[in-house]
Amino acid sequence: MRNNVKQSLWILFFVLPGLLIVLVFIIVPLFMSMFNSMFSWVSINRDQWVGFENFLKIFTQYPYKDRFFNAIGNNVQWFTTTMLVQNLLGLLFGYLLYKRIAGANIFQRIFFIPVLFSIVAVGFLWSLYLNPNMGIVNKLLTDVGLNDLTRAWLGDEKLATPSIIMVNMWRWVGFPTLVFYAGFNAVPEKVIEAAYMEGVGEWRLFRSFLFPLIIPSITIITVLTLIGSLNVFEQIYTMTGLEGGPYFSTDTLGTLFYRTAFGSVDSGQPEIGIGSAIAVVIYVLTFGISAISIVGLRKKEVEL
Amino acid sequence: MIGDFRFRNSKLSRKILIIIFEIMLITYAVLILYPLMNMILSSFKTTREIFKNPYALPETWNFNNYVEVWGRGGFGGYFFNSFILTFFSIGAVLLFGSMASFGIARYKYKLAIPVYLIFLAGIMLPLKAAIIPLFLLVRQMNLMDTRLALILIFTAMSLPSTVFILAGFMRTIPGDFEDAARIDGCNDFGIYRRIIMPLTTPSIALVTIYNAVPVWNDFFFPLVFLQSDKLKPLPLGMSVFFGQYQISWHLLFASLSIAILPMLALYMFMSKYFIRGMTAGAIK
Repeated sequence: MRNNVKQSLWILFFVLPGLLIVLVFIIVPLFMSMFNSMFSWVSINRDQWVGFENFLKIFTQYPYKDRFFNAIGNNVQWFTTTMLVQNLLGLLFGYLLYKRIAGANIFQRIFFIPVLFSIVAVGFLWSLYLNPNMGIVNKLLTDVGLNDLTRAWLGDEKLATPSIIMVNMWRWVGFPTLVFYAGFNAVPEKVIEAAYMEGVGEWRLFRSFLFPLIIPSITIITVLTLIGSLNVFEQIYTMTGLEGGPYFSTDTLGTLFYRTAFGSVDSGQPEIGIGSAIAVVIYVLTFGISAISIVGLRKKEVEL
Repeated sequence: MIGDFRFRNSKLSRKILIIIFEIMLITYAVLILYPLMNMILSSFKTTREIFKNPYALPETWNFNNYVEVWGRGGFGGYFFNSFILTFFSIGAVLLFGSMASFGIARYKYKLAIPVYLIFLAGIMLPLKAAIIPLFLLVRQMNLMDTRLALILIFTAMSLPSTVFILAGFMRTIPGDFEDAARIDGCNDFGIYRRIIMPLTTPSIALVTIYNAVPVWNDFFFPLVFLQSDKLKPLPLGMSVFFGQYQISWHLLFASLSIAILPMLALYMFMSKYFIRGMTAGAIK
């Protein structure tokens, strides 16, 4: 019996400090966000219980509704473009590295370089390069005779979001490349050898053998892309500003949430109730979708 | 290995395919390296030169840009602040994270799984979304505009993945050493410190990189919690600097180089560790 108490005390000693920090700074704020979203607020003081009114506002009432759906639409664009361009490119690069194409080692190292840089530094660097008058991108296009292709990359409502997504991909392609590369390498060599013995062609080998076996890597990259797309903030802040300009065309949930929480969406006043409701939406989307994907991943893993 | 893309001994169609792939890879490598090279070259030029000859080498190598950014631009201070924040946050993460992992992985008790799940939930909860309650909490604790607030938040941000990786590893360590040490009269803390921690060192290295890079690069939390310029870390300092020196492109490029080059240098010496560390959460 004494031994049991002693052991419990030791466990407490080891687990408690970390657990307290996580509870106070992650778990409690989650529930506080839900709680706060049910109230109306006067500046930073909780006022009256309003139930789901704040949610109703962001889903149905001008201007909240317009800003909210505009922002979420951009987050969806972030996710789909990143999946289609960055992650497919990563898949191809990962495959080529796995195939030990000439220079694979060097390419692997080069592609990973920008992954380490802060989004802020990358965003500012490219905002200089993409400057319409003085930036090197338009300058280069002019110098090679492609004047017609020069654009106000970050100043055009249609182009601004795709441009920022491209910059973000520049920074991040190395990551899916490495994850897929590791995924391919984990495929048992016996499978590959057997397929070659049977005379299976390269494309069929990829489609019918390699691809199904790297589904865990695909799921992880999909979940991370989802979380990343929902959390876009610094990219917008550094390249087109907190207002998500021009005319909200680059606004995302992250920037909208920040403006709502700290003032300037409508009145310039912080709107904690509305902000908390947006936070709850971000939580539900992130947690819900990643939980579903991870359960899905488990199932696929069993099949292996 | 069988099936490698070797140019020699390949059929013509395959040779053509390999050439196309090589061109793609080289193009992408240039797309990454050239902007970095141009940034470094521009950081030695004058603003006029950057606009006039963007591709050329600098006429004279102007090291003064760096001196100005480091001193008057305040980057010396920003650098120091980033270092302090990262050092103490990661210190706390490694200590509390390894202790919690030990408490979860090396004992058998009913609450072990719920406790583990609380840590895991933190991996999937975006901490940015919690900024309103965090803001109110930090105000209440009187920690606005202090380093301590950020160190606590960075620690919280990094603990979940740390526990995930370290507890996973500690579970695989066989119990024999522990039993032997216990017979020799070692208490639980001694087992943690002398037996388990030394065996966990390789994972500790991964966890350090996995957490230190995002903490070093973080912008959002300093933006919310710091007002004093003398406390700001690099990314936040950089956004202040970009606001003030909008038209002095030579200084902007020098400031970007100051922010990026140390990371690049570290990476050149330890690229394997960085690649493994950064992908630690996604690759088993």
